[in-house]
Amino acid sequence: MSTKNIYRPQSKIDYSLYLYILPAFIFYIIFVLFPLADTFFNSFTQWNGISEKKWVGLDQYINNLQNKKITSSIKHSFILIIFYSVLPIIIGLLIAGIMIRVKINGMATYRAILFLPQILSMIVVGIAWRWIYAPKGPLNSGLDFFGLEEVSRAWLGSFDYALPFVGLIGTWVMFGFTMILFIAGVQKIPTELYDAAKVDGAGAISEFFNVTLPNLKGEIIVALVFTVTLALRNFDLIYITTGGGPGTSTMIPSMFIYKKAFQMNQVGSASSLGIMLTLLIFTLVSLILIIFRDKK
Amino acid sequence: MNYKNREKVIAHSIFLLGSLIVLYPFFSILFLALSEPGKRISGFTVPSGIYFDNFIKAWTDGGFSSGLFNSFVVVFGVVSITIFCSTLAAYAFEKLDILGVTPLFALLLIGLVLPYESIVISLYYTMKSYNLSNTYWSLILPQIGLSIPFSIFWLRASFKAIPNSLSEAAMIEGADRLIILIKILLPQMIPAILTLTVLLFMWTWNEFLLALIMIQDAEMRTAPLALSYFAGNKRYGDPAITAAAAIWVALPVLIIYIFLQRRFISGMVTGAVKE
Repeated sequence: MSTKNIYRPQSKIDYSLYLYILPAFIFYIIFVLFPLADTFFNSFTQWNGISEKKWVGLDQYINNLQNKKITSSIKHSFILIIFYSVLPIIIGLLIAGIMIRVKINGMATYRAILFLPQILSMIVVGIAWRWIYAPKGPLNSGLDFFGLEEVSRAWLGSFDYALPFVGLIGTWVMFGFTMILFIAGVQKIPTELYDAAKVDGAGAISEFFNVTLPNLKGEIIVALVFTVTLALRNFDLIYITTGGGPGTSTMIPSMFIYKKAFQMNQVGSASSLGIMLTLLIFTLVSLILIIFRDKK
Repeated sequence: MNYKNREKVIAHSIFLLGSLIVLYPFFSILFLALSEPGKRISGFTVPSGIYFDNFIKAWTDGGFSSGLFNSFVVVFGVVSITIFCSTLAAYAFEKLDILGVTPLFALLLIGLVLPYESIVISLYYTMKSYNLSNTYWSLILPQIGLSIPFSIFWLRASFKAIPNSLSEAAMIEGADRLIILIKILLPQMIPAILTLTVLLFMWTWNEFLLALIMIQDAEMRTAPLALSYFAGNKRYGDPAITAAAAIWVALPVLIIYIFLQRRFISGMVTGAVKE
């Protein structure tokens, strides 16, 4: 191994350098890139996991797009984005807007509590909320207490309410994260910008839209990418709370992938749905980056 | 009350309300788990006394001693191998002039955004064909691959913060690259590596889908998987025992969080912003 290359000769490539990245890339290629390529290949086949794979071209994709249950599962994912992304980001922004220049004691404790849902297994979170929404759980007991017995019901067993109530769990998981992210961002905005806005006679609302919001662009991109991808993946929480039911009212693509591949033995179809989900996430992440970066 | 004080009161009220909303589900299952066994409790009853019977029942019936042990084995394998490989790679990317950094990073970026829900089917059949399903390896190996992109990005940003003058001086004196990494750079990287360890521990501990697919034997289940079977089988059974089981599974991460919460938060918030 030569260490003489402090002058960095451009002509000679030192291949021994690649030994440093080799172990990491071996794992990455074998357990991420290869399965992705394999899934892509399988998505053009009909396969039950045992017999010969049969090449069917784009049939699986066409079937998936024509399957009403699958298209509605994608629609459910978009509804969940409202609960996982839009609501937490609005809550976080509003609170960050109020918190400009407020310095209070005990911030570290509040931060530690608000961040708590981020560190726990979604299975644990799901079990806690299953109890809250249970027929005799805290939510219904609370409603009964206020004399609203007619409103109380088995929330996760209801065709109309299961999806938004699962969504609210996502809001609960995410709002602390967006609050912490945005408050940290607001505190980095130079106070001169707010002073200048004050001199110009800006009220609280115009201050929010002209100073706070544009300066939080980086944090908003992060929050959007993080929460939107989670809303679209979201397997654990759906699995433990509703399993996609009642009926298919809370079915989402990742749950369909699991059911198709491991319960219905439709590996080709599951693979094509996996590729569709991947493309959807890549597209949305690119869109977020393009839309928010260009407005600089 | 002057303007400043009123602002502080508003801030405290908002944070208190937020904290209550976050903590309510935890306290509600904690009360449920500590309640008298067999006694029906509703959401608003404060327990009449503290009973640990549900915790004992959950531990013995749910197989959580093996679940927690399996989870620790998997976490240890994933975290140690990932940190080792990613440190070497991040060092080469940041401190050694390696050709082709841009395309290699583009390749890693795929893994950062990729929903692994879509590739688990292929992983399952690969593991099965090598007779590795239902083993620790079927959980450890894929999670190393999945953890590597984030880890390299995170460690590379930390290497960047160390001034080049340090390593270049040693290089002129003819020190070997590996010696420079171990003797000069690693001591400075300890805080960053510790934060990454905490994050990888949490993500690996909480991983569920891979375990659900790969593991068939009850003795091989990880803690979250054991919990899901327990909760699923007793869906109409005793919610108090399920609640106690959930607390068993959450406990290791919670304990670490209490001591190292700053690392969790700074790791996830700054780690995300850096990207």
